[in-house]
Amino acid sequence: MATKVVMEALSPTMEEGRVVEWKKQEGDTVAVGDVLADVETDKAVMELVARAGGTLLKHIVAAGATVPVSDPVAIIGEPGEAVDGGAPAEKPAADAKPAPAPPAPPAEPPSEQPAGAKRAGREGETGASASPGAPAPTAEQPAAPVTERPAPAAPAAAAPAPPQGGRVKASPLARKIAAERGLDLQGVAGSGPAGRIVQRDLDGLERKAPPAAAPSPAAPAAPAFQPSGSGEPFEDVPLTQIRKTIAKRLAQSLGPIPTFYLTSEIDMERVADAREALNALGQGKVSFNDITIKAVALALKQHRACNAWWQDDHIRYWNDVHVGMAVAIPEGLITPVIRYADQKSLRQIAAEAKELAGRARERKLTPEEYTGATFSVSNLGMLDIEEFTAIINPPEAGILAIGRMAERAVVHGGAVEVRRRMRVTMSCDHRVIDGATGAEFLKTLKAMLENPLALVW
Amino acid sequence: MCMRPPRRTEGSADMAVITYRDALGQALREEMQRDPDVYLMGEEVAEYNGAYKVSRGLLDEFGPMRVVDTPIAELGFAGIGVGSAMVGLRPVVEMMTWNFALLAIDQIVNAAAKVRYMSGGQVGCPIVFRGPGGAALQLAAQHSQAFESWYAHVPGLKVVMPATPADAKGLLKSAIRDDSPVVFIEGEMLYNMKGEVPDGEYTTPLGVADVKRPGRDVTIICHSKTVAVALKAAEQLAGEGVEAEVIDLRTIRPLDTEAILSSVARTHRCVVAEEGWPFAGIGAQVVDLVQREIFDELDAPVLRVTGADVPMPYNKGLEKAAKADPAKTIAAVKRVLYAEAS
Repeated sequence: MATKVVMEALSPTMEEGRVVEWKKQEGDTVAVGDVLADVETDKAVMELVARAGGTLLKHIVAAGATVPVSDPVAIIGEPGEAVDGGAPAEKPAADAKPAPAPPAPPAEPPSEQPAGAKRAGREGETGASASPGAPAPTAEQPAAPVTERPAPAAPAAAAPAPPQGGRVKASPLARKIAAERGLDLQGVAGSGPAGRIVQRDLDGLERKAPPAAAPSPAAPAAPAFQPSGSGEPFEDVPLTQIRKTIAKRLAQSLGPIPTFYLTSEIDMERVADAREALNALGQGKVSFNDITIKAVALALKQHRACNAWWQDDHIRYWNDVHVGMAVAIPEGLITPVIRYADQKSLRQIAAEAKELAGRARERKLTPEEYTGATFSVSNLGMLDIEEFTAIINPPEAGILAIGRMAERAVVHGGAVEVRRRMRVTMSCDHRVIDGATGAEFLKTLKAMLENPLALVW
Repeated sequence: MCMRPPRRTEGSADMAVITYRDALGQALREEMQRDPDVYLMGEEVAEYNGAYKVSRGLLDEFGPMRVVDTPIAELGFAGIGVGSAMVGLRPVVEMMTWNFALLAIDQIVNAAAKVRYMSGGQVGCPIVFRGPGGAALQLAAQHSQAFESWYAHVPGLKVVMPATPADAKGLLKSAIRDDSPVVFIEGEMLYNMKGEVPDGEYTTPLGVADVKRPGRDVTIICHSKTVAVALKAAEQLAGEGVEAEVIDLRTIRPLDTEAILSSVARTHRCVVAEEGWPFAGIGAQVVDLVQREIFDELDAPVLRVTGADVPMPYNKGLEKAAKADPAKTIAAVKRVLYAEAS
C-alpha cells in the first residue's frame, strides 16, 4: 500500500522546506526511521525520515525544490506498485528526475517550482486507474487515498492519506496547530463527533521531528549568495529560509512591539581582572560574553518583571532563566539558548556557549536548542561597536545589546582615570516592562559586573 | 493589540440607578433640549405619556408641536416623519410595537432607506423609528416577533438594539444625532430593567459591540434580550469551570466585525444567541462572518441559539419552550466545547 511522504515541519516556525539532497533513490528499500532526504528548514539542515517501510517508489519533487510543509515529496510502497503516473515504479525510476543535484539553482523561484511539480503529480494521479499497467484498485487500496487530496486550498496540515482510506477529520484550529507545531494528525485519536480531532486532542503531543541525536551527514547547504565579479550590476538572490524567517520575525517585532531603550555604561575593571585571574587557572577560558550572560541571568532572577513573555492576552513571567545568545552565522543569525543560566557556573556557561555557537555555525542545532529563551543578549563588541540597539525576539520582552569594552577617560574617585568601560543597551517591550522596571534590572546588572564577586555570592 | 474606540460610553459623570424606560426618556428629553429640530411622534406618546411611559412628561415640557399624538395609522405617520426628515427635522417616530410597524415598512424600507441614495445624496433622512420588538409574555403569534433581521437586511438602514439602561440612553442619543435612518428596537421585557446610567450628557457610539463579560473558553454573541440570557448562561457555566465571553452587539448594522472576530480568534469557539427565528437570522450573518474570516481559528462549528421556527404559541408552556433561554445556550456551549457526547 502506497504511503505518501510529506514535508514535515522540522522546526517550530517552518512553513516550507528545501530538499537539499535525496538520501534514498527511487527503487531503494527503506525501513521506518531511515533518512530519506536532507531538508533545509528556516533554521537548519534537518533529516526527513521514513514513517513507513517499503520501497521508495517515487520522488515527487527533485532535489533543490522548496515544498510547503505537509505537501507530498515522495511515495513509499511495495515494489512494482502503481504510483502517480500509473506505471509501475520501475518506469518512473528509469527516467527518474536527477536527484542529488547541488543546491538550488539560484534563479528558481522557491515556491513555484514545487507547486508545478505538485500539480503535475496530481493530474497524473487521475490517469492512474485507467493505465493498463496499473493494478486495479482493491478494497484495501481504493483510489481515494491517492487522488482525494483536494486542490491547493486544502488545509495546510492535511495528513498523508491514512491506510484505511478515510481522510483525517480535524477541526480547522487543530489543523492549524498541527501545522505550527509540526504534529502528525495521522493516528491521533479524535475526541469530537465522528472522531474529529480537536484542539484538546493535541495537548501534550510531541513534534514529529527526527531524534535530535541522529548524526547529520549532510554538509550544510552552500550559502546562496555568490560573490559578484561577473560584471552584472546586481544579482538577485532568492531568500533563504532563514532570511525569510528573520524578515518576518523582525518586522513583526518592530511593528507591533512598543520598544524603548535603556543604556548604561559599566565599569569593567574588576571583571577584566577577575577574568584574567580565572583564565590564568588554566581550566578553560571564560569570555566577557560568558560573564555577562551569567550576570544577566542572575539579575533576571532578581527582576522577574524583565524575564517575561508577551502572550497577547497575558504576560508569562518566567521563574526559570533561559538566556538566548545571538550568534552570527553566514546565512544570518540564530539564537541558541543557555538554559537555567542562573544556576550554572561560569565554567559551565563558557563551555556550553562555545559548543552551542560552534554547532550554530554548522547549522546543526536542534529546534529545542534555539527556542524557549526568556531573555536574550546580543554582543557586537568583538566587532568594535561602541553601543547599539538590538531588536526584541518575541515573545521575549527584552534583549541586551552589548558593546565593546573600551578604555575611556572617566572620573573615578575624584581623578580622571583611564578605565575599561562597556556600554550595554536594553531594548524593552513596553507592554511588559516599564522604564523604571528595566532601569532597576540594569542597575543590578551594573552592580554585579562592577563587583563580580556578586556572581558567586 | 489594536486600537478601538471606547467600548462603553463617551462623556459621563456620576451614576444613578434607573430603569431602561427612564433611560430612554432621559435620552429623548436631553436630545429635544439640545436640538429644536428633534420631535417625537406616535400613538399615545403625548397625552397618555406613551404606551410604555417612555415619553412621560415630554408633552408638558415641550408642548404639542414637538410631542405629537397620531391616529392609529402607522403608514401615514411614518410617512409624515420621513417627509419632515427630508426637509431638515430630526423626527423620532414611536411604534407602539414593531409588530405594528409592519404597516409602515414601505416608508421605512422604500422611503427612509432609499432617499439619500436615490436623490444622489441631495436629500438625507435623519429619522429614528423606535419601539419594543420581540416577545413579551403571552401576547401570541402576531405580537411576539423579532424583526431585526428584516431591517438589518436593508442597505441604508442602521439597526440598534440596546440591552441595558446605560446603552439604551447612550445609543438613543447617538441614533437621534445620526444622519442615517435608524431602526431602534427596544424590548417590552426590558423596560423595567434597572441599571446604572451616567447622569447627564454621554453617548454610546453606533457600530461598536460591548464585552458584557470577559472569558477565554467560548464566545457567546448576543443582543437585546438574549444578553441577559447569555449572561445567565455564562454565570452557570462559570460554576462548571467554563469561562464564556459575552459580546453584546448593541448595533446589528453596522456590525462590529472586529469585536466578534478578535474574541472568537481567542476563544476558538462561538455560539450566537438571538430571539428571532433561525432562518436567515442575525446569527446566520455572524456565522458567515466567522467561518469566512477566521476559519482556521475554529475548533468547532459555530452554533446558534434562536427562537423556535414557529409562530409564537400563546400557551404559556409552549411559549417558554419556543424562546431562546439559558439552558439552550448552555447546551450549545457544551457542544462547541465537546463537553458532552454528541
